[in-house]
Amino acid sequence: MPPAIGGGLAGSELRPRRGRCAPQAARAVGRDTVPQVAARSLKRPAWSSWRFETAGRWATLAVVTLLSFVTRFHRLDQPAHVCWDETHFGKMGSYYINHTFFFDVHPPLGKMLIGLAGYLSGYDGTFLFQKPGDSYQHHNYMGMRGFCAFLGSWLIPFAYLTVLDLSKSFPAALLTAALLTFDTGCLTLSQYILLDPILMFFIMAAMLSMVKYNSCADRPFSAPWWFWLSLTGISLAGALGVKFVGLFIILQVGLNTISDLWHLFGDLSLSLVTVGKHLTARILCLIVLPLVLYVTIFALHIMVLNKSGPGDGFFSSAFQARLSGNSLHNASIPEHLAYGSVITVKNLRMAIGYLHSHRHLYPEGIGALQQQVTTYLHKDYNNLWIIKKHNTNSDPLDPSFPVEFVRHGDIVRLEHKETTRNLHSHYHEAPLTRKHYQVTGYGINGTGDSNDFWRIEVVNRKFGNRIKVLRSRIRFIHLVTGCVLGSSGKILPKWGWEQLEVTCTPYLKETANSIWNIEDHINPKLPNISLDVLQPSFSEIFLESHMVMIRGNNGLKPKDNELTSKPWHWPINYQGLRFSGANDTDLRVYLLGNPVSIPVLNA
Amino acid sequence: MGSHWAGLEETLGALPSLLFCKMLRFLKRPLVVTADINLNLVALTGLGLLTRLWQLSYPRAVVFDEVYYGQYISFYMKRIFFLDDSGPPFGHMLLALGGYLGGFDGNFLWNRIGAEYSSNVPVWSLRLLPALAGALSVPVSYQIVLELHFSHCTAMGAALLMLIENALITQSRLMLLESLLIFFNLLAVLSYLKFFNSQKHSPFSPHWWLWLMLTGVSCSCAVGIKYMGIFTYLLVVSIAAVHAWNLIGDQTLSNICVFGHLIARAVALLVIPVFLYLLFFYVHLMLLYRSGPHDQIMSSAFQASLEGGLARITQGQPLEVAFGSQVTLRNVFGKPLPCWLHSHKNTYPMIYENGRGSSHQQQVTCYPFKDINNWWIIKDPGRHQLVVNNPPRPVRHGDIVQLVHGMTTRLLNTHDVAAPLSPHSQEVSCYIDYNISMPAQNLWKLDIVNRESSQDTWKTILSEVRFVHVNTSAVLKLSGAHLPDWGFRQLEVVGEKSRGHHESMVWNVEEHRYGKSQEQKERELELHSPTQVDISRNLSFMARFSELQWKMLTLKNEDSEHKYSSTPLEWVTLDTNIAYWLHPRTSAQIHLLGNIVIWTSASLATVAYTLLFFWYLLRRRRSICDLPEDAWSHWVLAGALCTGGWAINYLPFFLMERMLFLYHYLPALTFQILLLPIILQHVSDHLCRCGHNEP
Repeated sequence: MPPAIGGGLAGSELRPRRGRCAPQAARAVGRDTVPQVAARSLKRPAWSSWRFETAGRWATLAVVTLLSFVTRFHRLDQPAHVCWDETHFGKMGSYYINHTFFFDVHPPLGKMLIGLAGYLSGYDGTFLFQKPGDSYQHHNYMGMRGFCAFLGSWLIPFAYLTVLDLSKSFPAALLTAALLTFDTGCLTLSQYILLDPILMFFIMAAMLSMVKYNSCADRPFSAPWWFWLSLTGISLAGALGVKFVGLFIILQVGLNTISDLWHLFGDLSLSLVTVGKHLTARILCLIVLPLVLYVTIFALHIMVLNKSGPGDGFFSSAFQARLSGNSLHNASIPEHLAYGSVITVKNLRMAIGYLHSHRHLYPEGIGALQQQVTTYLHKDYNNLWIIKKHNTNSDPLDPSFPVEFVRHGDIVRLEHKETTRNLHSHYHEAPLTRKHYQVTGYGINGTGDSNDFWRIEVVNRKFGNRIKVLRSRIRFIHLVTGCVLGSSGKILPKWGWEQLEVTCTPYLKETANSIWNIEDHINPKLPNISLDVLQPSFSEIFLESHMVMIRGNNGLKPKDNELTSKPWHWPINYQGLRFSGANDTDLRVYLLGNPVSIPVLNA
Repeated sequence: MGSHWAGLEETLGALPSLLFCKMLRFLKRPLVVTADINLNLVALTGLGLLTRLWQLSYPRAVVFDEVYYGQYISFYMKRIFFLDDSGPPFGHMLLALGGYLGGFDGNFLWNRIGAEYSSNVPVWSLRLLPALAGALSVPVSYQIVLELHFSHCTAMGAALLMLIENALITQSRLMLLESLLIFFNLLAVLSYLKFFNSQKHSPFSPHWWLWLMLTGVSCSCAVGIKYMGIFTYLLVVSIAAVHAWNLIGDQTLSNICVFGHLIARAVALLVIPVFLYLLFFYVHLMLLYRSGPHDQIMSSAFQASLEGGLARITQGQPLEVAFGSQVTLRNVFGKPLPCWLHSHKNTYPMIYENGRGSSHQQQVTCYPFKDINNWWIIKDPGRHQLVVNNPPRPVRHGDIVQLVHGMTTRLLNTHDVAAPLSPHSQEVSCYIDYNISMPAQNLWKLDIVNRESSQDTWKTILSEVRFVHVNTSAVLKLSGAHLPDWGFRQLEVVGEKSRGHHESMVWNVEEHRYGKSQEQKERELELHSPTQVDISRNLSFMARFSELQWKMLTLKNEDSEHKYSSTPLEWVTLDTNIAYWLHPRTSAQIHLLGNIVIWTSASLATVAYTLLFFWYLLRRRRSICDLPEDAWSHWVLAGALCTGGWAINYLPFFLMERMLFLYHYLPALTFQILLLPIILQHVSDHLCRCGHNEP
């Protein structure tokens, strides 16, 4: 046994070293040069040459930086009209200045920074950014463009330093800087109000600080080591805060860190406590710190945007109650649902809307000839329903009756307020989704049949068995057929006024399509409470924003017949992208991670 | 004693090399046959056959997905072409083989689950092959565990678990593909292990070759049955790659020897699978030569290669399009629907619903049905006549043409007016002269995309062409949007200005005849008719294969929902089942349902393996070796195959957006089942023993 163990030991000792010879060599060079320089600095004659070298380095860096700034800022004000995606990101910057709530598929940091830059440079947020080509006229757009160009300019010194550190080769670093400075794609992207310069800035900063802390590996826990490590974490948070594409740089840093830790762990001269310290330091700086920053960015985002705006509809009713100007803001309604209340019922999935009915029948040949039930996105009197007990038709608002709350599992009837028909379903196929059952309005003055009975179920029973306005998620289960009320999200033809189809689905899956919540609630017998009580907590808001963003991202797929560039087009510069009519430019997405250093390392 | 070979599966590996020595001994000694029969294996096979074959033809009714696969079997029997996007054709062909052996004539209407089979359907033989595959999976898993260097007892355990897992039993007793897939997956793993174990002592021996080749063959069979088989293929190939990498580092081998090893592996694991995969398609296309219900999805050239259908129309039509030709133009991309360039008397509405204006000229659309309005005449801008010259003047790449709509004799036109639904593109219309200083812009330059030289002529069906507008350099394109009611819900056609290539800009001539409006010249035309080429011969197998494969991969089924569809997470917790069949009177049912004990313990085994593996790995990194080197390498290989097999067959489903069912989990489950007894043996061998030794 002992020889085997010994062999294993030797093997495990040798393997990593052999595997990692390249970085080790690089590191070894680094280690050697530092003492050499230090030693040389003691000697008089070498001192001046070392000083000369340092001065030369600083001078080169300064030249590179200057050149990069000059190229990026050259004729920055041209063209004086909206170019390409400026129409989105400029608009979103204005939203921050105006505190208007909006929705975008990217995290907020980039647009917040654009907004901040605009605010500081005196832009008042009044320009509409309607479409590419609109002239800016008297509006001050230079602050925002300047800010993007400013961040974009840092890309080149960062890349220069990264390559210098990785390769220790002066010409290689200069070559990188030159390539990047004169890359037309990079140049163009940095000159407009876009997220990309900001994203590239953070990615490159993360890269640089990662390389720097790697080269500090021989002095762990020293001040520069901590500095670069935490700077990596901060840049990671920045990259992720701008676009989700930032996840890739996180992946790269993560892999680097894991291999680094694996290496430390295998070093038997280090005690487990030391390894533990290393691990903790990385968890703190690369996981906890970025997370805290990221959450802070979101908290700021939500704090700043406190007015109702174009993004309201994407979010739940409870979320909307926060936004001033929204009809739900500062409203006061009864808290718990009671029989006899007049309510609106909203679907949980975004862009579906309210349960709706109107005095039009389903056309001949489509299910039974009864009144249509649809969902409708806008507020309307036809969205109002009265919730009643299934077995009595007496007026529950009669003051002689006591208030009775609706509870989880109750059998109820929903009567349409305007037409006094009951929400009804039966074994007829739905108009568009053939496997589902049709939902109609049936009966007169609330008198129908047993197909009008629905069991009300609360999905998240955090609030006990009562049903809380806005917060409780409820399902309506048809008593006779056992199906669930839902909206398929499909648009009805002209006979249905292009509203959305409502069906009763026999598949009891819990999807957002079949979950509803109560939004408006009118009941004179109940005391009104302010909606502030119902406001969701920050963690709920945070989660909801992410769910909506992810769903939005999934929705962004090119259609079949659209022209898009494919990933393999990018490296070979297959086709350009037209930014604006006046400016035919050549967009190249330059991968700024390791690829920059690969040719250099080979050299 | 039966034949010399019977029951010798166990020793088969050592046989060929000993054969010669035995032959010599046979001359000296009396004839003695020693058979080494592993009764365990025989018993397992017997039990497997019993559980899978017993009362196989019950129920005599269509059960669940048999309704799909049965259709395809019928198509094979009738040699009718079909397109199924669910997987390559090998699995379907195996099922059809069962039908062929049972003498099935394909006459059964597979329309409803639960329908009784008529007497001409050989239910038993149709279900035989999947059942056999299911039965043989049991001894194969026994062998796998043995080859992983675990004990007979462990191997028995694994095989018994496979034997009694009710989900596997249910799935193997019906005309379904999973049991075939599982069998070939396991066979691939087994043969790789046999190959790997013979690597040490007898490389390049016959059985070394046999197992190596069998690995490649069974991998390609698995991929040929369902695309899912590619996961196991990847697993085997990557394990082989790691082993090959170690081989390259082995200093004791000569360079030639290493090279030979690598070549052998490359041939067996890369070349043979590709070759076999093509072979499956070749047989598939050979078998199905009649046109059928899915013709429309395929390109005109493909359709023309099938017997009946379009071939009947296109047979004998002139090959080269000439000035004066009458043609129908089909869009090559054909999405969302296959359609033909179309126009009709109705004009674009003066003002659209959103307030934008149009040219109010005649609509040009793409129409998904054959129609008299799909005919266009190719006209030379320099001449007025609409008939073909004598001799016909073929249209070549780069020629300027006008397209005349056959029924209305208006010219295809595009101009700088926004298209109705895609305002960034130009409107395409048939020009009407309203005399409002909007001149006709009806010249189009012909661009043959798949030309071989710049002098190529425009060929019926074969040529894929683009029409580039001369004035604006816009390209005629199918935008994919459906026009509103004023356009009769037909598809919108636009002029796309931005550069770039997309298949929706490409068109081909499908039906074609020379203009013969001047009847008297008919005879002369016939005399000078061009060479007629049988187009079906022009389309090579590779062209047909690549088109079929591409269509299979890109065919989008409408998002539908199914009562029993489930998510990957529900599989592990067994939160889902599938009702396969319900007896119409007695309410007897067949459900696909996992065995909760096996599923839970197998999942626990996976977790235990992962934790133990990382624990050992970290301790080894700190130079504490809990396991002897041998045991460690066995432990790693077993984990790579079983845990890796489970992970690679399971985790990708989280990224898939299609409808998923419980049976998609079964291949992953088999790997997990193999791991369970392995973990138990490991615990008893290494962990419990430590406890005993200490006091």
